[in-house]
Formats: sequence, structure tokens, C-alpha cells
Amino acid sequence: MLSRVADSIYWMSRFVERIENLARLHEVTRNLQLDMPDEATDVWQPIVNITGDHEYFAKKYGVATEDSVFEFLTFDSEYPNSILSCISSARENARSVRETISSEMWEHLNDVYFTVHRASKDPSVKENPSDFFEQVKMASHLFKGITDATMSHGEGWHFSRVGRLLERADKTSRILDVKYYILLPSVQDVGTPADSLQWSALLRSVSGFEMYRKRFHGLTPRRVIQFLVLDRDFPRAINHCVIAANESLHKISGSDATSFCNSAEQRMGQLRSELAYILVDDIVNKGLHEFLDRLQSKLNSIGDSIYETFITMRPVDDVALVR
Amino acid sequence: MNPQQQAQSAAASTERSGDPAITFAGYDTEGFYDEVFQDNGRPRSDAELLVWKINSLKGGELLRRQRAIEQSLLRMGITFNVYGDEQGTERIWPFDIIPRIVPSDEWLTIESGLKQRIQALNMFIHDIYHDQEIIKDNILPEAVLANAKAYRAECHGIDPPRKIWCHVTGTDLVRNSDGQIYVLEDNLRCPSVVSYVLQNRFLMKRSFPQIFEASNVMPVDDYHSRLLEMLQHLAPDGVSDPTVVVLTPGMYNSAYYEHSFLAQQMGVQLVEGRDLAVKDGFLYMRTTRGFERVDVIYRRIDDDFIDPQVFRSDSMLGVPGLMDVYRRGRVALANAPGTGVADDKVIYAYVPEIIRYYLDEEIILPNVETYVCYDEEQRNYVLANLDKLVVKAANESGGYGMLVGPHATDDERKKFAGLIRDNPRNYIAQPTLSLSRVPTIVGDHFEGRHVDLRPYILYGEEIYVLPGGLTRVALRKGSLVVNSSQGGGSKDTWVIAQP
Repeated sequence: MLSRVADSIYWMSRFVERIENLARLHEVTRNLQLDMPDEATDVWQPIVNITGDHEYFAKKYGVATEDSVFEFLTFDSEYPNSILSCISSARENARSVRETISSEMWEHLNDVYFTVHRASKDPSVKENPSDFFEQVKMASHLFKGITDATMSHGEGWHFSRVGRLLERADKTSRILDVKYYILLPSVQDVGTPADSLQWSALLRSVSGFEMYRKRFHGLTPRRVIQFLVLDRDFPRAINHCVIAANESLHKISGSDATSFCNSAEQRMGQLRSELAYILVDDIVNKGLHEFLDRLQSKLNSIGDSIYETFITMRPVDDVALVR
Repeated sequence: MNPQQQAQSAAASTERSGDPAITFAGYDTEGFYDEVFQDNGRPRSDAELLVWKINSLKGGELLRRQRAIEQSLLRMGITFNVYGDEQGTERIWPFDIIPRIVPSDEWLTIESGLKQRIQALNMFIHDIYHDQEIIKDNILPEAVLANAKAYRAECHGIDPPRKIWCHVTGTDLVRNSDGQIYVLEDNLRCPSVVSYVLQNRFLMKRSFPQIFEASNVMPVDDYHSRLLEMLQHLAPDGVSDPTVVVLTPGMYNSAYYEHSFLAQQMGVQLVEGRDLAVKDGFLYMRTTRGFERVDVIYRRIDDDFIDPQVFRSDSMLGVPGLMDVYRRGRVALANAPGTGVADDKVIYAYVPEIIRYYLDEEIILPNVETYVCYDEEQRNYVLANLDKLVVKAANESGGYGMLVGPHATDDERKKFAGLIRDNPRNYIAQPTLSLSRVPTIVGDHFEGRHVDLRPYILYGEEIYVLPGGLTRVALRKGSLVVNSSQGGGSKDTWVIAQP
């Protein structure tokens, strides 16, 4: 597969996963706000902080309110990580590999693009964004379903899977971080009914509430963290994402799953074994936020290694010729 | 109109009911040759079924089907970008649902005429890049060749695989008021829009399945298989399972959709110049597993841009060293560099002689009568009759660099008279043709609109003419300009099979 094509498939898939998680991030924050005992608690600034783009936000919007954060995360065409920008990027990447992906995948993304553009000009969307966010989530699910059902599960499909799972792992960690940011000022709320409401809102935002109940029943912060970080089976849990992404990397290179043949596999393998052997108590005792921060930079460095290994344009003399 | 609005208006119109039916009642050919109706107002025999079917559709149904096709084109992303628009406006190329119908016996003439023409032009191109016997034998003046802009001295002496130069050709045909079909242009350099032929047909079959079944329309669906076979035929000696790629300038090129569509349908890689590199005399593409050899390139980049070491040094689209690999016979290029020389409109005027010279045959599909301004006598005639003639620059296409005498102002004619006197070699003139027409939906009724026809010819192991082609239609009332950049649209073309 052409390096450029692999890169575009990887990013196409990441951007689709990103719009889904932006919708989830926004929804969880709105739900948390509704459940807040103290109306004075600011839930919107933490969201901006989590994106890491607070400087851009402050400059363009000033104070974080529900409206300004909605605009920022959803329809800001100048902000590269808004839903509008991400669906455009997903579509442009798909356009550049139309010959490799299936027509159904391309046509679906094209449809979603037009839907989001129409919504950006429709004032009623802002009044009640839940339906729109639901639509975005379903569009992402459908894209994954179409991809699985119409594209051969070969190299390109594995690149798309790695892109989606790395993105999802990163975003699940950020959604978990929302709770940390918002709870911080009111430690006395821990264990109260309000606290429990917030954890269940958080689980619902990643479609995890029902699956959590089946796994653990009672709602405690430690178990929620264990579920979202370390569960092997829940598809949005970070550990699940890393296990599956690791598997796809080995399918791409053809190397043995117990060793590595490039830096992407090496870094992914390290993270994979860390998550396999760490205890939730270790995470909580050393600080969830710090743990998530380090996790995010590890995921970033895996992304860098994938680029280095498969994509980067080396001069022709450096590399072995296949035929 | 932006795509969102288009999508909305299309959706809205499907819900309208009670629209009057669009029928051919009262349709007037206005004295033009009409491809669907005879002069007496009766449908031509191959069009009877179509006319009957359309006349019997319920109110609003025809427009609904037309809109459904437009909606599909948008959804499939068969769009071109409007340059200089920051909103990234995308448009579909207008499509009209009434097809052009070509009777079977007429198609046989077209097919044999095109095969004859391509065979002769290929021999001509090979000759002028080798011994130039046609010049030595005083058939073509040396000066005509010396001043042909698309002549590439760098290609002199090259033997392309199987001695084929023009692998893919999209010849423009027109029918004049005399009923005769003429060749207007040859288009031997990367002709585009064949994808529209295939997609238009796909959508039309969905809209009118019963008519297709009953009308005996020849299929066009195997174009990409033929294209792939032709490309594989060019593989360097000793390569049994060649790697074929399509080379595109990239996704911002206006024909990008077609490049990706053809690559997808053939199941080959779509590459850009930056994906390719030359090493040790061979061509490779950069893959996730290292560099892989490439054997055949269907290139959709002009000669000027394919190799900065040989042609334009500022090109970022091509591959440095590609021409050297090509010259050594280690990669095939379709079409061959240098082929464009035969697109020169002065050389076009010599095609009847070219066919006679190489094949010892008379031309089957005639040229449009052409005055070469290079010749003093013909130039004087042109200058004296500018109000009756169409003047064209020898090396422009797409409807640019043109004067349509009868519709031009005095100033425009004066300007062209000056241009012709300054550089006579660069201009030819032709009588103004009265192109035939096909009924086309205009608002809530049909009106005749002028059309041309671009069939596609593949030259591989044998010469193959795709039965059909793109019918381009000038949507503006009275206009003769069918180019997409100037208000043109397209129609499906139905070639009727031999009974």
C-alpha cells in the first residue's frame, strides 16, 4: 500500500472518531451541568482546558459559556478540531483515497459532511443540540459498520482501525479527565448522591453505563476508572483500544505479536503491557489526572512512530527495494 | 448555488405533486437537424420507445427522475470545484436526462472511421519522431512541424512499447445541418470525462430500466476492463504481471474524480508524483513496506510536467528521471509523451492526406473544411470572410482562443485579423457549423439544444471504440459552445446494437 494512502486512511478514520467524541464530550458536560448541586460551578472552562486549545479560545471567545463552547467545538470553521473542521478533514482524506476505500464509505462521509454543513446554518440545532450530537454519533457508528462490511480486512483496513482506536483511547482519557477538572473544587461532594449522578453521566456519555452495571453493579469511582481504563472487553475502554490497535499493527507488519519489528510496535507493546499489569489502586494513589496526562503523551508518541515507520518520505537510496 | 442548497432544492422538488407532465407535445425542431425527431415531427425509429415512454410518465415524474440523478451525482461526489471560492463550493456538471440516440448503421461508420483515423495518426506520430518520411515526401510542410507547439524534440527516436503512441483518444464529432458527421478535434492528450460516460449510464439505467431492456442499447460498462487490458499490453518485455498505476496531479485537479474512479474500477494504485522515485534506472513507488517497482503508468499529467529534468524544471507534479526510465523501455507511459503534436489544428487539416499517405485509403469520417492561415491564398480568404467563419488558435482547446465570426463584434474581428497577420501559422478557420440538436429539459418543457459527441478509442492489442461516448450539450439557448467551463452539460449516448 502506498505510504500516502495509508496515512490518509489512518487520518480519515481518526477524524471520524474525533467528531463522535466531540459530540460525547459536549453531551457529558451538559449532563454534568444539569446534575450540578451548585449552579455556580463552572463546567465549561474545564472542557476548553481539556482540548489544550484554551489560548485560541480565550482570544476568540473570551469567557467560556455553554453557547461559546458549543460554537467552538461544533461549528467553528477556523478551529481545526471542531466537528465541522474534522468532518471536512475526514472527507478530504477520504477523497484522496477514494480508489482504495469502498464507494459506500466515501458516499457516507460525503453525506455526513453535507449534513453537518446544513446543521451549521440551522439556528434550531443550537437550541437543542442533543439530536444533532446523536446524529453525529450514529454517523460515526455507521461509518465503522460500512468500513467493516465493505472494505477488505487487509492493510488499509488495519490502518483505519489503528487510527480509530488511538483516537478513541485518547478521547476516553479526556472524557474521564472532565470529571477530575470539574470535581476538583468540591472534594466534599465525593460519595454524595451528586457524585454518583456525575459518574453515571460520565459512563453514559461513553455508552458505558449499562455495560458497567453488568460488570460491577455498584457505582464507585475506583470501579468506574477501572472500567474505563483497564477493561479488556468494553470497546471504549482504553485497554481494549490498545489491545486491538496493537493487534492491527502486528497484522500490518506481519511480525510476531510477542515481539516488535519497528518503533510503533515497540511503544505500543510497552503501553499494552503497562495496562495489562497495572492496578487501579496504583492509578488512583498516584493521581488519575497525572496518569491520564502521561497516557496521552504515550499515545501521541505511538502516533509519531507510526508516521516515522510507514509514512515518512525517506530518500530512495535509504531503503531496500521490494522488487 | 452551493451544494447544500442544491441538495435541499432537489429534495424539496421530489415532494412536489401535481406538476404538469413534461411531454414532447408541441416540441419544435425549428429547422435544425434533431437527433431524436425527424423533420416531419415524428420520432426517429430508434427513439420511438423513448418518446412514448416519456410522454406517458405521470406529472412531475420526469423532473423527479432528473433531480434524483442530480442528487446522486452530488452524493457520489462527482463534482468539480469552483476556483477562487473560499466556501469550497462544489458543483455537479449539469446533466440532462434525454439521451442522444445513435442508430446502429451510423455507429458502424463512426467506428470504422475512428479506427482508421487513430491508426493513421499513430503511424504519423511515430514517423515524425523518427525518419519524418511524410516531410521528405512533401506531404506535410516542414515548417508546420517546426512550429507545432506540442512537438517534443526530447521524444525523437523513442520507440514506445508496441510502437503505440496514442493509447487513449477522445475524438470530438459533430453533425452539421447536412446530416453528415464530421471530426472536429482529435484530443490525443489525456482526454478526460470518460467517467461521466460510465456514471451517466449507471444512473440512467437506474432511472429507465424498462427502456434499456427494450431498446437494445450497447453496454459501456467494460471500458475499465478494456483500459486495464490495454495498459497491461504495454508492459516491458519479460514482465508477466505488470504493476499498473494511474498518475494524477492530485485531488485539487478538476478531473481528480475521474482519476480516482478509473483507478478504483481497474483496481490499481492512484499515485501522485511524490509517491514515485527513480533508482538505478527503474521506477518505484513508496509503499508502507518499502519501494515497489512500477511498470505501466496511465498518466493524467501533461507532457510539460511529467519530468522536471527533461521538460519544465519547475514542475512539482512529475518524477525526476522518469523520461530516462521510459527511454530505456523499463516503464510504459500512456499516452506517450509527444503525442499532442497531432492535436495541432494545422496538422488536423492534413489528416485526410495523412490517412492517404500511410494507409492508402480515403478518409471515412470527414474533417470539417479547414482554412490554414499559413497558406497565403487561404489566409486572404479567411481575412475577407471573418464574419462567416470560426477562427481557432492552432494549439488551444476547451473553447479558448476562438472567434465565432457571425456572433463577434467588429472590434473582436479586427483584433483577430491582427492576430492572424502577426502569426498566420497559429490560426485556422472553419465555416460556422449548425450543430445538430437533442431535446433538453428547459424549465417545464423541452427545447432543442446543440450537441457534440466524444467517443473514446483505446489502442492496445487492437483498436477499440467504446460504443457511445459523451454527448456534450450547450445548455444556453442558441449556444454552440458545449465546454463544461462555458455553460455546457452532458447527456447519455445510446448506441443501438445491430439487430
